[in-house]
Amino acid sequence: MKITDEVIEHIAHLARLEFEGDKKVTIKEDMERIISFIEKLQELDTENVEPLIFMSDEVNVLREDVAVDTLTQEQALSNAPKKDSDYFRIPKVLG
Amino acid sequence: MSEIRDTYEVVIGLEVHAQMLTKSKAYSNDKNEYGSVPNTNVSAVTLGHPGTLPVMNKKTIENAIKLGLALHCDIAENQYFARKNYFYPDLPKGYQITQDLTPICTGGYAIVKDENENEKKIGLTRIHMEEDAGKSIHDIDVKDTLVDLNRAGVPLLEIVTEPDFRSSTEAYNYLTEIRKLVRYLDICDGNMEEGSMRCDANVSVRKIGATEFGTKIEVKNMNSIRNVQRAIEFEITRQIEVLENGGELFMETRQYDALKNITIAMRSKEAANDYRYFPEPDLTPLKVTVNQIDAIKAEMPALPRDLFLRYTNEFKLSEYDAYNLTDNKSIALYYESILKRTKEYKLAANWMMGDIKSYLNSQGKEMEEFPISAEKIADLISIIQEGKISNTVASQKVFPEMLNAPEKSPLAIAESMNLIQDSNEDSILGFIAEVMKQHPEEVTRYKNGEKQLTGFLMGQLMKISKGKADPKSANQMLRNELEK
Repeated sequence: MKITDEVIEHIAHLARLEFEGDKKVTIKEDMERIISFIEKLQELDTENVEPLIFMSDEVNVLREDVAVDTLTQEQALSNAPKKDSDYFRIPKVLG
Repeated sequence: MSEIRDTYEVVIGLEVHAQMLTKSKAYSNDKNEYGSVPNTNVSAVTLGHPGTLPVMNKKTIENAIKLGLALHCDIAENQYFARKNYFYPDLPKGYQITQDLTPICTGGYAIVKDENENEKKIGLTRIHMEEDAGKSIHDIDVKDTLVDLNRAGVPLLEIVTEPDFRSSTEAYNYLTEIRKLVRYLDICDGNMEEGSMRCDANVSVRKIGATEFGTKIEVKNMNSIRNVQRAIEFEITRQIEVLENGGELFMETRQYDALKNITIAMRSKEAANDYRYFPEPDLTPLKVTVNQIDAIKAEMPALPRDLFLRYTNEFKLSEYDAYNLTDNKSIALYYESILKRTKEYKLAANWMMGDIKSYLNSQGKEMEEFPISAEKIADLISIIQEGKISNTVASQKVFPEMLNAPEKSPLAIAESMNLIQDSNEDSILGFIAEVMKQHPEEVTRYKNGEKQLTGFLMGQLMKISKGKADPKSANQMLRNELEK
């Protein structure tokens, strides 16, 4: 399958990545290769085969509704590049 | 304008997000609590740290099933979760765990009144479980956006209707019903001002008779049920105006501004929606059994509509009384508790809607804060019914004293205040003899045909008895004596 510039730009935007010049060409070729692997798999006849979503047979792994304090506010904020005493701080986003 | 408007049909669908009243979050064990210090109700899972795994909260499933049963939905036997992917700073994982292809509830309906007070069914597309995002605060700091992740991971129920509403009034009535229901079920506190219940409206208009729907426009940011109605009204007028002026509508999301009562374009929806849903591999699938559903069904409280129908059909209360008694869960529960001790449905309803309600209103109190127990109110109703005190004495003398001393029984109060009515025939005959002796002239006039004088003579009798003669028997006996 041919990957167009529009597809690359759309996916790059969704991933918040930017590709310019040579890098755009490289990523396009990589994606085409990945897609063709998948196309190979799709040649297989899966009529009447139930889709397999989970690799394990486990169901209903649940927990009781009990609240526990696991992190302090200080710990929670400790890895943030920018913070104040209460909040994570990030560059201004609107809406 | 109204003539032009009459040539259009309005089509509305609503999406409600209800924050669940659980102790912990949907997929992690940090606290679910409103109003805490920012970033204190968080865990490594909520913060989206690498290597952490979500585990589903059992309670959220029970809540979803309860609401689904109350709204006549089908409960899915097999379900799994999905990731909805998007980048936003208040979504640390980069995806929301939600249900996409296998919502826990499908179908179902709510019964809602239209503007002519006729009942209609609003179909439900689905109810599913998901998690809330954190909160971004844009207006505290000039340069930075502040992020509080206390709300991230709070369990939500999303309730999606079919495009079945034909007016903003129907939408208003639906939201009132849903709020009442989640409160009865103890699933959500239904507080739109604090955002624990939120509503997005999809509004479109089309010429009457058109078979295709008009362009759907989503309106957000309404923080009360009344504002949802206002925003829809504004949107209907705006859309019709655009179309009548030869303009075109396109799919978009608009934000409601309550101060100006207008909607403002937020973002165009065409390109934005690409959430790349896929099954959430970190949560096991869910299997709901018929036994589990039956167990939850057995624990469900009586729902407002069931109570309403019982009060109007069985107790013969007016729709107005029945509506007011069932509008608020704690009022309904209190009324039900009174009825455990007395079968005077109407009298009990009168007390609820009369003296008790006026007291609560005048004190600005909620039913939960009412000092007198339902048992004591039932006892009060019983002694009125037994003729020991009149309704007036109960209301004016005994009830105020019960408010002062809620631990005292109404009978003891009536006795200590010397208010017990005298229905003893001999003593009433004594009062009558006294009245006739004091007012011979009126007695003669009565006998000459001025029957309306019974009123005056009864008044005198009550005065002589110091208000304690049982008015019903006294009245009857007075007439008998006068006719002799």
